Amino acid sequence: MTSSHGRGPLHLAAAIDRPGVFDAGPYLELARLAERGGLDFVTLDDTFARPGPDASAVLSRVAPATHRVGLVPTLTTTHTEPFHVQATVATLDWVSRGRAGWRIDVSTTEGEARLFGRRHSAPSDALWREASEVADVAARLWDSWEDGAAVREVPTGRSLDAGKLHHVDFTGADFSVRGPSHLPRPPQGHPVRVVDATEGPARSTAARHADVALVRAASPAQVRTVRDLLRADAARAGRDPNSLLVLVSLLIDLGDGEHAADPGHGGGGPRQTAQGPLYRGGPVDLADLIASWYKDGTADGFHLVPVEPRRDLERLVNGTVALLQHRGLFRTFYPGSTLREHLGLGRPANRYAGGAA
Amino acid sequence: MSAHCHLAACFPDADTTTVWTGPVARPPIAFSSFDHLARTAERGLFDFLLLAEGPRPRAHRGRIHDRDAAGRPEPLTVLHALAAVTEHLGLAATADAAFHEPFELARKLATLDHLSEGRAAWHVVTSAGAGTGENFRRGDYLDRADRYPRAAEFVATARRLWDSWTPGGAARPFAHQGRHFDIAGEFTVPRPPQGHPVVIQAGGSAQARECAAATADVVLAPHGTPEAGRALYADIKGRLAKYGRTAADLRIMPGVTVVLGDTAAEAQERAATIRRQLVTPQRAVLTLERLWGVDLSAYDPDGPLPDFDPVADPRDRARHGEAVATAGKLRALSREKGLSLRQTVIETSARQSFIGTPDAVAAELARSVREEAADGFVLLPQLMPDGLDEFVDRVVPLLQERGVFRTAYEGRTLRSHLGLPGPARDGRTTRSPLSPRT
Repeated sequence: MTSSHGRGPLHLAAAIDRPGVFDAGPYLELARLAERGGLDFVTLDDTFARPGPDASAVLSRVAPATHRVGLVPTLTTTHTEPFHVQATVATLDWVSRGRAGWRIDVSTTEGEARLFGRRHSAPSDALWREASEVADVAARLWDSWEDGAAVREVPTGRSLDAGKLHHVDFTGADFSVRGPSHLPRPPQGHPVRVVDATEGPARSTAARHADVALVRAASPAQVRTVRDLLRADAARAGRDPNSLLVLVSLLIDLGDGEHAADPGHGGGGPRQTAQGPLYRGGPVDLADLIASWYKDGTADGFHLVPVEPRRDLERLVNGTVALLQHRGLFRTFYPGSTLREHLGLGRPANRYAGGAA
Repeated sequence: MSAHCHLAACFPDADTTTVWTGPVARPPIAFSSFDHLARTAERGLFDFLLLAEGPRPRAHRGRIHDRDAAGRPEPLTVLHALAAVTEHLGLAATADAAFHEPFELARKLATLDHLSEGRAAWHVVTSAGAGTGENFRRGDYLDRADRYPRAAEFVATARRLWDSWTPGGAARPFAHQGRHFDIAGEFTVPRPPQGHPVVIQAGGSAQARECAAATADVVLAPHGTPEAGRALYADIKGRLAKYGRTAADLRIMPGVTVVLGDTAAEAQERAATIRRQLVTPQRAVLTLERLWGVDLSAYDPDGPLPDFDPVADPRDRARHGEAVATAGKLRALSREKGLSLRQTVIETSARQSFIGTPDAVAAELARSVREEAADGFVLLPQLMPDGLDEFVDRVVPLLQERGVFRTAYEGRTLRSHLGLPGPARDGRTTRSPLSPRT
């Protein structure tokens, strides 16, 4: 699919959070719905601060029951061992055959710190500096097995090519990891890293380590401001800024499907609320908004968070997405099988390949 | 006591017990390998499938073993995916009490129990030894003497978290202050469907047996002679009373390997072939290097064993005594039977537990349960990925004919498969295995 403005195709993602739900059925239903709409990925948030199941666990449960849609759980880096984080994300990539992502987040409260009893809470910028280190070491651990490191030589009984396994010997401010990982490089090489870059402290992590940055903003100007900062930071960190996709993250309330968007939203656009930027209106107007922000180059796509999960995701898929497909703005099937393929991101080269230990 | 046999399968975690015969295109790490084993175990009406955890590839003197298992995924994540392709099978994850934290692991296990509708189990292990901490924040070396106290405190804390919500579904604050953990707050998951996920522990040493008698629902026992099995069984069950528990509160399941043949002779021949495939010349030397603690690459696998004692690891003196004793036994065996280095390793490390026709194996398994040497068995398939299929197709029906194994799943939860009582909130148990929510 080509786009009219010379950048990549439109990308769409949706949150499938279900507060208070601890059984698999409702999550499966929403993930399948998102897959029916051809969405790039679904996100499932996680925190130790409120009731809810382990998000990576829920999306592992979803993996065999879906086939194409990307699966992006939140895993926090403040209290979970970096080694466990990378292993969980890599395993999700294996069980989903290359559809895993990882939404990186931090735990800021003293209440969360007390659940672990190992360290006190810290300021947000320190936690995000650490999150960058965890993202860095995770990528190194994913690379610590070169492709083809697992061999199966029946005559000798050799099952690993030890020359293709590498210690990572990473030392951060507060932790160190020797490596290598205990499982082979994930199918995608590096599962897709997603960071909400709206707040300042997270921006550097997003610029250096994210494949997808989410920006919660109610106006195209706000999105562009953050986007320009991210692209500049990414370039300074030695990255190609085009390798960082920016998705606008909006709450959506499609409850009044028959009516136009709330008046006074700046011409039907989203408005800022205490919960974040909210779009309230019909699926058709939402399609117009998405098309307009995408075409004028504001963003590479949208991450949509239903206010009423089942109702709003259904209206999004059957209304908004169907219309965007009809207008030729969004895929009607998945041409690829991995999340990186959906996003148009290549499989990254292994930093250890080629003999350098 | 139940005359019924319980069966579980362990996804082999190391190539030292397993010959992978499948195409290289389907490596052990592929989800299809797990999917196939889980579906086979459920077809055989097994109680549970157990997955190992690999905190790191094994290394020896700075070199990574190139004959070690070809990668181990994170077990809880795999089991969640397997919950999607099975309906009844229990799902047991190995998790190391040394490198996890109670709040986070209890939450993951509670999530597994909810999403699988009461099929979660936790195989508690606790690593010690040099190098195990190099990948983790705690980093340091966990003293061997601290292993069981940490595991016991970990399990008790996890159970407290599982019990922390009210029956009405509201979170209540918890607080735990102990030698290893000092935590407080609110758990984020309601009480699991089983009350507590099933706790599995190993039961080899006296300390392990005591710990298991105090806290475990299932004990993974070493397999030995029938006499040794009965003695171990009686020993562990005998320790339960002082913890206010009865013999029905704990299942003892030795880990076993099985080789079948149409005739006894054919089974023996297959068993010998598998042993030779497992213990390649290189692996024989490597096995002894682990025991001796030095480079033995100059030794001829077809020649004699080293004539010196294993070298001590200054950080682990207790282990050195065991190593010297084991090495002495190996040398004596080699001299007595005139075995080479490799033959000695084959003879001592790779011997299968049950070898025979399906009928003979079924009879032996039934006898072990009848004579109270075991409540059931954890099968370690030696031929992967299809090693369990033959057992399910040929031995399970014979166990059913003998009336010692279920012909259908009777309940939904793992506790109901195992016939274990559901835990009550105040720590006492209730005798109502089919309604464990109490």
